[in-house]
Amino acid sequence: MAYRNIVAGLVAAAAMAGTSTAALAVTEIAWWHAMGGELGAKLEEIVAGYNASQGDYKVVPVYKGNYAETMTAAIAAFRAGEQPHIVQVFEVGTGTMMAAKGAIYPVYQLMADAGEPFEPKDYLPAVVGYYTDTDGNMLSMPFNSSTPVLYYNKDVFAKAGLDPETPPKTWEELEQFSAKIMDSGAAKCGFTTGWISWVQLENFSAWHNQPIGTLENGFGGLKTELTVNGPAQVKHWTNLKKWQDAGVFQYGGPVGGNDAPPKFYAQECAMYMNSSASRAGVVANAKDFQVGMGMLPYYADVDGAPQNSIIGGATLWVLQGKADAEYKGVANFFSYLSSAEVQAAWHQATGYLPITQAAYDLSKSQGFYEKNPGADVSIEQITFKAPTANSKGLRFGSYVQIRTIIDEEFEQLLSGAKTAQQALDDLVKRGNVLIREFEKANEG
Amino acid sequence: MQTKRTVFPNRVLPYALLLPQLAVTAVFFFWPAGQAVWQSFLREDAFGFRTTFVGLENYARLLADPTYLNALSVTAVFATSTAALSLLLALVLAVAVDRLVKTAGVYTTLLLWPYAVAPAVAGILWWFLFNPTIGLLPYLMDMVGYRWNHSLNKTDAMILVILAASWKQVSYNFLFFLAGLQSIPASLREAAAIDGAGPVKRFFTITLPLLSPTSFFLLVVNIVYAMFDTFPIIDATTEGGPAQSTNVLVYKVYVDGFVGLNLGSSAAQSVVLMAVVIALTVIQFRFVERRVAY
Repeated sequence: MAYRNIVAGLVAAAAMAGTSTAALAVTEIAWWHAMGGELGAKLEEIVAGYNASQGDYKVVPVYKGNYAETMTAAIAAFRAGEQPHIVQVFEVGTGTMMAAKGAIYPVYQLMADAGEPFEPKDYLPAVVGYYTDTDGNMLSMPFNSSTPVLYYNKDVFAKAGLDPETPPKTWEELEQFSAKIMDSGAAKCGFTTGWISWVQLENFSAWHNQPIGTLENGFGGLKTELTVNGPAQVKHWTNLKKWQDAGVFQYGGPVGGNDAPPKFYAQECAMYMNSSASRAGVVANAKDFQVGMGMLPYYADVDGAPQNSIIGGATLWVLQGKADAEYKGVANFFSYLSSAEVQAAWHQATGYLPITQAAYDLSKSQGFYEKNPGADVSIEQITFKAPTANSKGLRFGSYVQIRTIIDEEFEQLLSGAKTAQQALDDLVKRGNVLIREFEKANEG
Repeated sequence: MQTKRTVFPNRVLPYALLLPQLAVTAVFFFWPAGQAVWQSFLREDAFGFRTTFVGLENYARLLADPTYLNALSVTAVFATSTAALSLLLALVLAVAVDRLVKTAGVYTTLLLWPYAVAPAVAGILWWFLFNPTIGLLPYLMDMVGYRWNHSLNKTDAMILVILAASWKQVSYNFLFFLAGLQSIPASLREAAAIDGAGPVKRFFTITLPLLSPTSFFLLVVNIVYAMFDTFPIIDATTEGGPAQSTNVLVYKVYVDGFVGLNLGSSAAQSVVLMAVVIALTVIQFRFVERRVAY
């Protein structure tokens, strides 16, 4: 008897499921993303807002793990013909995505085909430049862009006799401030940093107007080579090693540098460089002290410094192989996503950059920066000067792996196995091998 | 004289009984292994649009790659140390528990617990204990004057992954050793004791030789474990760092293939890894097994 009831129930359920989907007739759009925790909750809120705003489309966000996992999952899904419509890809995956011409539906084309308004000029130049091909076409939809900034502990600064409202401007000042902080006993260490590769090499180079690679940092084609072993970078890495030996700098680990934030939160280190998108986390975790924000330090003797910093974070790529009606929904969703209201809310909740000028202006008129001093440092820094060939971003094949090499060579430097010059030379050599291999695999 | 060969009267049944196992092996081993071999001859972009047959180029590149040669030696150190440490520790524990009569059950249960812990969880646990910033043990070690930092010190990192990997495996080894010990008739040891052999002599001349089948089996299992199953532990504790010092072969396959999307090289690495483990197993059965008395 029980068996029959179950079967009957299943049949009924299946019939109902069939009718209910038919009755609703909404087009579902899959969006694979890498935003966990608080960021994920905010993202779902944005999507829910879109789904409630109209009845034709339903965007379904799916959390796929970290950036690298999300990207690999999407590529594997594409190979199996099960790809989502939209996938969030971090900035270092840009080279790989751009090379996959048959797999991606460029955003400028998508918006034109769907008849949605789309004006690249509305976006911040640093963001547009990063995701535009050599013909000036924008290939992916900016969503969460960030740039590294300097966080500092105002209480420690005051204890050490420094002005709590003045963060160090140059690396020379940062060194002096650190000495004062450590001598006075206000904190055990001067500074720590997340993302060595992104903050202390890529952004360092852009901020000092030094090339990261040939052919406009790889924007000009696949035949590019890394050039991060110049005198400015060597000087900086030599200093980092010297500072680490003196205890001024403490290493927070490879990749994102998971050990760096606790050092800052526990007031062990007085200063901390990381993504502007860490702002919410920093403020939430700095329970017993006031946090100040400043721009990244620069070396005063390097010509052209400071220039402008470059972005990190991710954009949304559209994958080929779906029905036209579904792409109309994707385009419609993108219009919603880049509206000033949505972008301003996202920017204010997370610390990511407002990717459009309108979102920035809206945040200003809402009085956000007066209530949250320092939240606009990131925008000022990234728009400090008009981007040059050295500071509009970077685009290399296999860059995910090159990031790993950067971490490895940095660890060789800190452990004393190599000098800064050797580490950076080896980094360039090893990175170029990967770039050549990528070139071969993608030349056709 | 007894022959080892069994003759079945039915001609079909034996094959039919073997068939499910053969099918499973074919689908889950031969097919993917064959695909890996095929892919190792190709160069492909991540999305699979352009595929070029490159012959042995992926292999040639591997052998010329210093990081790959580094992974080979790291794996050798890691696998030998992990197998040796976990076998030795398990043997000591098993002998200790074997002597107890009443409380053996409690100890056995406690010693088995780590095996029930998922490798990734074990990895996180050890990562926490030894974390240079927030961990308990570096704090204690600092008090006695040792500055532990496995995110920069290669030796520290290697010690950490070996400890974490062995800790997981000790339970398994312990269980087998204990069973082996308990199957040794007490009368043998008692006879030796009456003849005047001390406990150490009894252990090395009677207990250990009689444990040799168990030890041999565990040796093979442990080497395979260290080479394949320790991936989550490495991933959770060091991610192969610092500077590749704990990047064992199986982790490198993952990093190059899944993170770096270099499928050809990753496939070539899998094939080499498979060959290494097959070779090791053959060597063990050919040479070590001769010393085993069943």
